[in-house]
Amino acid sequence: MSIFVDERTRVVYQGLTGSQGRYYGLLNRDYGTQVVAGTNPRKAGTDVDGVPVFATVAEASAATGATVSCVFIPAPGVPEAILEAAEAQMELVVVITEGVPAHDEALVFNKLRRDHPGVRLLGPNCPGIISPGKCNIGITAGHIALPGGPVGIVSRSGTLTYQALYELKQQQIGVTTCVGIGGDPVPGTTFVDCLAAFEADPETRAVMMIGEIGGSAEEEAAEFIADHMTKPVAAYVAGVTAPPGKKMGHAGAIVSGGKGTAAAKMEALTEAGARVGQNPTEAGQLMVEIVASL
Amino acid sequence: MDLFEHQGKELFARYGLPVPVGEAAFSADEAVAAAQRLGLPVVVKAQVHTGGRGKAGGVKLAADIDEVRRHAEGILGLDISGHTVRRLWIEQASDIAEEYYASFTLDRSARQHLGMLSAEGGVEIEAVAARAPEAIARIHIDPVDGLSAEQCRHWVRAARIPGAAADSVADVLAALYRVYVDADADLVEVNPLIVTSGGEVVLLDSKVTLDANSTFRHHDYAAYDATQTRDEREQAAHAKGLQYVGLDGSVGVIANGAGLAMSTVDVVNQVGGRPANFLDIGGGANAEVMAGALEVINNDPAVRAILINIFGGITRGEEIAVGIVEATGRVDIDSPIVIRLDGTNAAEGRELLEPHLSDALMMEPTMLDAARRAVDLAGAGDGAGRS
Repeated sequence: MSIFVDERTRVVYQGLTGSQGRYYGLLNRDYGTQVVAGTNPRKAGTDVDGVPVFATVAEASAATGATVSCVFIPAPGVPEAILEAAEAQMELVVVITEGVPAHDEALVFNKLRRDHPGVRLLGPNCPGIISPGKCNIGITAGHIALPGGPVGIVSRSGTLTYQALYELKQQQIGVTTCVGIGGDPVPGTTFVDCLAAFEADPETRAVMMIGEIGGSAEEEAAEFIADHMTKPVAAYVAGVTAPPGKKMGHAGAIVSGGKGTAAAKMEALTEAGARVGQNPTEAGQLMVEIVASL
Repeated sequence: MDLFEHQGKELFARYGLPVPVGEAAFSADEAVAAAQRLGLPVVVKAQVHTGGRGKAGGVKLAADIDEVRRHAEGILGLDISGHTVRRLWIEQASDIAEEYYASFTLDRSARQHLGMLSAEGGVEIEAVAARAPEAIARIHIDPVDGLSAEQCRHWVRAARIPGAAADSVADVLAALYRVYVDADADLVEVNPLIVTSGGEVVLLDSKVTLDANSTFRHHDYAAYDATQTRDEREQAAHAKGLQYVGLDGSVGVIANGAGLAMSTVDVVNQVGGRPANFLDIGGGANAEVMAGALEVINNDPAVRAILINIFGGITRGEEIAVGIVEATGRVDIDSPIVIRLDGTNAAEGRELLEPHLSDALMMEPTMLDAARRAVDLAGAGDGAGRS
């Protein structure tokens, strides 16, 4: 099994006709994802390499049975795109777009929470989600992940996620699902959401978590691990030596007022029973040990 | 993007919020001229993107023109927590009877906005939070609903703002929330929010941070971008559109992806070195971007070795290798380069790099090995760093 997406998942790409949408949408299809539709109100009735384009998500869903949407719309149009997908009753909306203002993210998240509680938002500014061998939605390089299990991965950072997938593959360790939650201030899906889903997934037997400085998402994850996780967790937190007050690339990655330091996060995770590596390679090694002992 | 105090106050004034009248000045002469127009007494205030100005001697009351000149000369050029004062704000002095605190920011864990209000202003809010957390009235605001006048009145009572000022403070909070939302601010903070002996409520200070992602709908923010505090290296990198943060060591770092770049900085520290910077070249790694990154790092005189840490995802190893070879051909690099190339088609990429390897361009199989090699090349005894 896997979480959130699998081989039956049918996906509509909002922005399939744009350069990024087309490139990654077709790559996802090559991987085996059921890329069933795209949307663009000005290009309805056309197709992108055989994938039909509709005016709206609702029309695309009615015609193709899509239940998940992937958003490659430029940042100014993202809030509207998410709400359109929610109104069309998508179960999951994956937003790859970076550069969405935090106020837009907060507004849309709270609208979904109130009016569309059944819709899961992933992102914005995330690499997407992959259940290796079944479904890849977003910009992850599918071939660096080994299908199967027993490891589930959840991460705030794209390249570090790739690194984790790759290192596990080198060790012949498979992955059930890898979720990139993104580094923005208001992520639609959190570590806790993913940890809970992995805990409930019978095929996932261990979880790798990659965090970074800023906010308190890792501390909340630690609390969840201590109270609810029976499965072992290996973790890494990037930004141990980041200076306070400086944004390290991600909008969320900033240490402010002494809060959100990597040291505090690593301590909270260790206390919660997670095994914490000092660098990505060490965290990978810890996961190898965990898998060997399962 | 951080605003100077006066830029924040000018923003507040556009929403009808009461701020003292003042003028920006860049020299003692301009300060004197401003004071003559404004009328004495005035306050001479350092404009820097950091707190603790008062303690550092960056805020002075001037009763006459000689004092204005003396204070302006003293404050210009002053170093406040590493920020050199280059601009002043001269404003009419206010007569302070009460000092409060008010702010709006995003509570990331609640995923809603957070307002904080305290009747104990004028001191660091962290100190109030530590000493008397009950003295800060917190309110969560659902961005869908916004902040109502009634919520403001409740909030003011919860903060025990004295009755005479309560209505005015509630009005200020409602308008300040509009500024926070309309301006796409990460933070709007007023400390102190004062009541004068005449009973007027005035926003005596401002700390405003704007979301750089919102510039597509705020075309006037380019002016704020131009006044950000950046060192020379950061300015050069910013001009090339690179995600760069200057640090104080001797190992230049280039990586693809924010997480990997942060992690590379960590690993350089862990193996006993000191990174000169954080630099994320983003998803791809074509020759142009790589050349730009190498140029920025090469211009940093403290750099003695360069670590390029690339993990290929969608971007394939051979494309990255070609990018590095082309870039090193274009830029004359003073320091040895150590490359770690992994991920998609890494073997093909390494094969392409092989014929170019020398004691100026090296390759290591892992991130740790590459970091150790770069730190070694940067030289042992690199404890001093940059002065």
